[in-house]
Amino acid sequence: MAESSTGEGGARRLDLSSGWGRALVFTYGVFAVAATGRSLVQLGTDADRAPLAYALSLFAAVVYLVATGCLLLGGRWGWRVAGAAVSVELLGVLSVGALSYAAADLFPDKTVWSHFGQGYGFLPLVLPFAGLAWLRHTRPRGKGALA
Amino acid sequence: MNPWLYGVILLMCGVAALLLVVDLVRDRAAQDSHYLALAAIEVLVLVQLVWGCIALGGSERDVSGVTFVSYLVSVVLAPVVGAFFSLAERSRVGTTILLLAVATVAGLEARLVDIWSAGG
Repeated sequence: MAESSTGEGGARRLDLSSGWGRALVFTYGVFAVAATGRSLVQLGTDADRAPLAYALSLFAAVVYLVATGCLLLGGRWGWRVAGAAVSVELLGVLSVGALSYAAADLFPDKTVWSHFGQGYGFLPLVLPFAGLAWLRHTRPRGKGALA
Repeated sequence: MNPWLYGVILLMCGVAALLLVVDLVRDRAAQDSHYLALAAIEVLVLVQLVWGCIALGGSERDVSGVTFVSYLVSVVLAPVVGAFFSLAERSRVGTTILLLAVATVAGLEARLVDIWSAGG
């Protein structure tokens, strides 16, 4: 498990992609591919139908790609950028989820985050919490942590 | 799309998920039986890939070919990638990854049927 590589003042490289991190990388990877594919098809076929929803799909795709990449890379910078990406993801799924109920006319077509990720078994809602829990678990410790 | 093939794939996904959940609760690493179940799913989705491409070629339906084939290919890749990921974690994490892979296959299957019937 990853604890072994985070102790001792961070002398060894922070590893975010083993243990439960590997399950996260798999899930984030699936969502990165799904969101990228979806946004490219949407923007490629009829971009004018729902510009906001499609732009959000593309944005979600980028966030998932960044999170996947940072988890794979590891290291302190990877940890920090992954933290930012997962936080943005959480904000995105909560705000888009709420907006898709409150102002349905803004979203004539669905995005990954509409209705809190209903079309994806609500996994997009669970995923950022799992990501944050994992990043908290692997946070750099010891001297100079996060400096 | 062949409803029988689709049904058998979903049934196999259900059986595999059940096996995986049972061993996850028992805190066991991924077992040979799990990989066999996944291999069975893989064979079925490979058959589906060939079948789907032939059906698409011979169909009058207005199905988006690129989307349909990309889903057919994705569903073939999901169990393979999942199996490799889970082999690297010989703990319940590996079992969880296999469960995620099976869930991915089931999710993609549902979308495949949507795409096919939307063109009908």
